[in-house]
Amino acid sequence: MSDDLETFRAETRAWLEANCPAEMREPVRSDADVVWGGRDQSKLTPAQKQWMDAMGARGWTVPDWPKAYGGGGLSPAETKILREEMARLKCRNPLNSFGISMLGPALLKYGTEAQKLEHLTKIARGEIRWCQGYSEPGAGSDLASLQTSAEDKGDHYLVNGQKVWTSYANYADWIFCLVRTDKTVKQGGISFLLFDMATPGVSTKPILLISGYSPFCETFFDNVKVPKENLVHEVNKGWDVAKYLLGHEREMISGMGLGSSGGNPLVDGAKRTVGLTGDGTLADPVLRAQMALFEVRAKAFTAMSEKFIDELKAGKAHPAQPSMMKYYGTELNKSRHELMMAAGGSDALEWESQESNNGAAPRAWLRTKANSIEGGTSEVQLNIISKRILDLPDK
Amino acid sequence: MPLYLNDEQSMLADTAKDFVREHAPVKHLRGLRDSNNADGFSSDLWKSFAEMGFTGILIGEDQGGLGLGHVEAGVVLEEIGRNLSPSPFLATAVAAVEALKGSALAGKFYPGILAGETVAALAIDEQAKFRDSVGMKAERSGNGFRLSGKKQFVTHGHVADLIIVAARTAGSDADENGVTLFAVDKGAAGLTATPERLADSSIAARLDFDNVEVTADAVIGEVDAGRDPLNRLLRAGRTGASSEMLGVGAGAMDMTVDYLKQRKQFGVVIGTFQALQHRAAHLYSEMEVARAATLRAQQMLDSGADRADEAVSVAKAQTGLASMLAVQEAVQMHGGIGMTDEYDIGFYMKRQRVLAEMFGDANFHADKIARNAGY
Repeated sequence: MSDDLETFRAETRAWLEANCPAEMREPVRSDADVVWGGRDQSKLTPAQKQWMDAMGARGWTVPDWPKAYGGGGLSPAETKILREEMARLKCRNPLNSFGISMLGPALLKYGTEAQKLEHLTKIARGEIRWCQGYSEPGAGSDLASLQTSAEDKGDHYLVNGQKVWTSYANYADWIFCLVRTDKTVKQGGISFLLFDMATPGVSTKPILLISGYSPFCETFFDNVKVPKENLVHEVNKGWDVAKYLLGHEREMISGMGLGSSGGNPLVDGAKRTVGLTGDGTLADPVLRAQMALFEVRAKAFTAMSEKFIDELKAGKAHPAQPSMMKYYGTELNKSRHELMMAAGGSDALEWESQESNNGAAPRAWLRTKANSIEGGTSEVQLNIISKRILDLPDK
Repeated sequence: MPLYLNDEQSMLADTAKDFVREHAPVKHLRGLRDSNNADGFSSDLWKSFAEMGFTGILIGEDQGGLGLGHVEAGVVLEEIGRNLSPSPFLATAVAAVEALKGSALAGKFYPGILAGETVAALAIDEQAKFRDSVGMKAERSGNGFRLSGKKQFVTHGHVADLIIVAARTAGSDADENGVTLFAVDKGAAGLTATPERLADSSIAARLDFDNVEVTADAVIGEVDAGRDPLNRLLRAGRTGASSEMLGVGAGAMDMTVDYLKQRKQFGVVIGTFQALQHRAAHLYSEMEVARAATLRAQQMLDSGADRADEAVSVAKAQTGLASMLAVQEAVQMHGGIGMTDEYDIGFYMKRQRVLAEMFGDANFHADKIARNAGY
């Protein structure tokens, strides 16, 4: 067994060395370096496209999905080796995708065979970019109060309503969407639909955020016809799918607590702006102490993330543990960026200059403020932990 | 190696849980305190730890032990922490065993540790706060050495059969080299031990060495190269203390969550209040992260990984902070009853404070991490 794994490691290393372009081994510097895939691939650089296609053809964009659905069919041990070897060569993630991190796991669990064959393969190869239609103006933390309706018209559903905070809806090809199919019950009246964003009646409007960017949209549905076969799981059972998928979304967001893979930008930045004293310690002792205590938590959380993934794979993780990961990881990420702003001083305030890489630091800092809101606020996560893990009573 | 207990380790955890809960629950500690027990622990309990095989967890099978690792030692320590059991286990079966590993003195002391007859004490602290420096002098004298100086915070130092002493045989206080680790026998001439009861009812001694003569045979490892066994001792002690604090913190947290489900005010159980639910959930999160950091450090020690030192510091610091939060929240959420001696929760707060201080507190380890990262 372990001989097989060593062979797999050697072959994987050789293949990555031969197939990962040099540009794809550079650190990710900005949003333009992140590959999302989709129908419109005109903005990809040749290296980005080559890397995504090569990994996609091998199924290694989703190494642990079954081969039948475009995955790599790798075992947990092989998947771990692939990730280790990619980290060793500093390979970038070939494809970032809500299809991979959110919809895919839900379809694998709840999708029909036809839905899996149709959608998973295209997700794996980066051919279709997905967005998530969950929140509404009146349904944020209380997501199950959503009102977007899907009326049964015999051979199709007619969808009307509005979503908000739809990440990159203006770039997405398809949407997975929570809709109300029964107004008389709350959670039990929700269904989970998939549809093409090019369908007549779908429109999007970007929302300008405090970071100066617009990663989110308002999304409007005006008499949108959705074929019946695009319903996932049973009608009025969409909340089960939604919750399962939210667990995966929370895992993804909690990963932000891990910080960047290369170097330590916080320490490097503080050394540059504050400087070191003669004994080699940071000249600002209070900032140094804050950073050191932050690093304790960050390093401990790295161990926690690995433990969580190991437990998840072995079926030992508590079903509500993603809430803890999401809560801790996002709060940690906000702390990191507060410290980076403190370390950066007035350099980190420049919003548009070339030196500041178009305000990368302050914009990233402001972006992290959404981490503890999107995918369920920190307070909602604490509610879930206290009720489902600690078993504290409602009344 | 996945970051969770394997089946054998889980079985050991169940065994340890049942054993410690039955033989050394919190009322055992209370009994020792109320009877003014002069040793600070029960020799009978120590013997029964040996009968269970616990004292040999870190001793190799070729030397009569179980040949297991820090994960397994941690499993036992967590139960000791959860029950606040006064025990020489951490200093003797973990830290001292690691310090002696591979040295000629292992053959002298391991049998007594395996039998539950030998108790070891660690004389490494010279000031109120742990420091890496070693100032106590050991001067050459004939074939041996003469030790002079003071040590403090030496748990069970007044009754221990073996006292492991870090002293300086060359160089100045902060030097890396020039430290030698000695195994000093109980009752050595010139050694005065003054037992002091600590806040948690444990007993630690202040030791005064006045020209204490030891032979060259008392050197653990090599002269001037005592940092090697001392670092083994510290890594094991810090990781072990982390496990014990996990037990203390988890014990306090479990009692508190139970209390939130029972205590009624304003006509409802107080666990329905969101203000308390969120604090309990936050505490749970900190404790989970501390547990992961500790297991990571233990696994790294067991696999001989290069970067274990950082993992050990992360574990000691994070566990110290998380368990401190646990006992503080525990007393606060218990309200007035948490302030009474009759109720057990106060014992958890006291024990946590002692363990957090041992082998360097969270600030010490955060500073160490910063220094190693170049700031």
